[in-house]
Amino acid sequence: MSNGKFGIYGGQYIPETLMHAIKELEIAYNNFKSEKQFNNEFKSLLDEYAGRPSRLYFAKNATEELGGAKVYLKREDLNHTGSHKINNVLGQTLLAKKIGKTRVIAETGAGQHGVATATAAALLNMECEIFMGEKDIERQSLNVFRMQLLGAKVNAVKSGTRTLKDAVNETMREWSRSVDYTFYVLGSAMGPHPYPQIVRDFQSVISKEIKEQLFEKESKLPDVVIACVGGGSNSIGAFYNFINDKEVKLIGCEAAGKGIDTFETAATIAKGKIGIFHGMKSYFCQTENGQIAPVYSISAGLDYPGIGPEHAHLHDTRRVEYIPVTDDEAVKAFEFLSKTEGIIPAIESAHAVYYAMQLAPKMVKDAIIVICISGRGDKDVDMILKYKGANHK
Amino acid sequence: MNRITEIFKNNKVLITYLTAGDPDILKTEEYILSMASNGSDLIEIGIPFSDPVSEGETIQNAMGRALSKNINLDDIFNIVFNVRKKSDIPLILMTYLNPLLFYGYGRFFKSCKEVGVNGIIICDMPFEEQEEVKCFADKCGIIVITLIAPTSNERIPILTKQAEGFVYLVSSLGVTGVRNKITTDIKTMATEIKKITNLPIAVGFGISNVSQAKEITKYVDGVIIGSAVVEIIERYKDHAAFKLAEYVSDIKKAITVGSKIL
Repeated sequence: MSNGKFGIYGGQYIPETLMHAIKELEIAYNNFKSEKQFNNEFKSLLDEYAGRPSRLYFAKNATEELGGAKVYLKREDLNHTGSHKINNVLGQTLLAKKIGKTRVIAETGAGQHGVATATAAALLNMECEIFMGEKDIERQSLNVFRMQLLGAKVNAVKSGTRTLKDAVNETMREWSRSVDYTFYVLGSAMGPHPYPQIVRDFQSVISKEIKEQLFEKESKLPDVVIACVGGGSNSIGAFYNFINDKEVKLIGCEAAGKGIDTFETAATIAKGKIGIFHGMKSYFCQTENGQIAPVYSISAGLDYPGIGPEHAHLHDTRRVEYIPVTDDEAVKAFEFLSKTEGIIPAIESAHAVYYAMQLAPKMVKDAIIVICISGRGDKDVDMILKYKGANHK
Repeated sequence: MNRITEIFKNNKVLITYLTAGDPDILKTEEYILSMASNGSDLIEIGIPFSDPVSEGETIQNAMGRALSKNINLDDIFNIVFNVRKKSDIPLILMTYLNPLLFYGYGRFFKSCKEVGVNGIIICDMPFEEQEEVKCFADKCGIIVITLIAPTSNERIPILTKQAEGFVYLVSSLGVTGVRNKITTDIKTMATEIKKITNLPIAVGFGISNVSQAKEITKYVDGVIIGSAVVEIIERYKDHAAFKLAEYVSDIKKAITVGSKIL
């Protein structure tokens, strides 16, 4: 059996204690992914419960304002629970149920994946525990309350940088304690094989719909698809069905924090080196001694020192271009989209919006840019207010 | 027979762990020597890593203390180099893959050989990924220790077949750390492993006291004690040598066959 590589990236770099479970998952997934009943149940959950297909919206005001390419927004923010995370979570929780696990655990950064997991657990009647960095709990307290309301237990992670990376560490530790009855619902297209593949498959509905919807509206492929990249789940979902359409330019926007020339950044492709961490070989931000570097971004969801292995491969093969976007730039885009379109995007998604704002005016008027709005920004309003107070008073 | 397997020839074996650089480099040397001359048969030296996902809080914190003093791999090779001037006790490095990849696998194992490291345990490198380092380790004669977990089940034969040195049997699910009770059926697992290999078996994870060590060594050839040693170092900091000597010698006496101590 292959251990799941994308070029040289990926693999299964985990302790022996977890190998049995990961092999079990690999076998189960290979069985269920082609099973008709599983796919029908999954599709029904996506459509009836999560509200798919999500809209592909022509952003007329933004297009006029930017004065170039037509801008379309893939509205993953309109899904139930307010982000793309629900797509993957419904798939994995259904899979967990099928293989007889009674409890799900998950890491969360901004809280979107935690909320989605707590939601799916409530729906499918599973016990649920979420691990979230203490620092992220402070920046995203509303989401903590949402998870608790949904019946999940939220554990504050106090180790390391107290952010997403440490939440993953702690979830892996908990998984190794309770692996016999617990399923780890991994939130991003990362971790040991088969997770990067599972998450990509469950999220690829995004690019499948973009393709169909745009064809209906414009009878052609987009010229550019832009998405933000932390671990890389909404982006791999938005890119996947376009990878073989070489004429479609794919752009991932990673979090540059206060700038890639500072230490307060999370731009893995710009700053990282090849490493092995969280079960996979990929690019990671590291110190000069091969320790995982503390990273920073205004966005809790992008505040992660690595990137999924398929992205690392797509970077090396130059199929996808990765662009760093700073906090300041993302905040500008956050405000731009709110004012021009009446759509408040997640601060994560705002990273992608910013680059589209740069690109659109340079393109001809019948060109098409699709931006994946991975989530809604209500969770960020409080933090943006504080950020602006601190930076512009 | 290699140096590691050799120590199991005559009696039950005590393996103790400490984290390199906790509380500092010189003390690590001193504590290794103190344990070596008071009953430890083999010492496992942990290479600090920023995100040790197999470790419980005790070892996480020890690695944090060591890293706060900027310890690096060259410092650790120096520790081994200095210990080797005074002791021939087998030494195993315990690590995660990333610091090795960053340093360069070839360079890493060459340094291991030069300073006198005998083996290595890589927590996040299962059998399926061992080609990552195996050829470099083999070339330098560094033994890669195989871990078998309570969940290994049908994997036991394949893991055991390629093991060398000794088999590290993980006593419990979860991460490192002192446990009051070990619930895994060590006896049955040891029997399974013994059917396939003549290699000695040592059990680690959660063992901290004389009675646990005595009970476990009824079924296997040795015990590995980590967090309990690190707790002593955490508590006594610069002055742990005597306490470590006392602790190690108590455990060693207790597991030595024919010993009258309970």
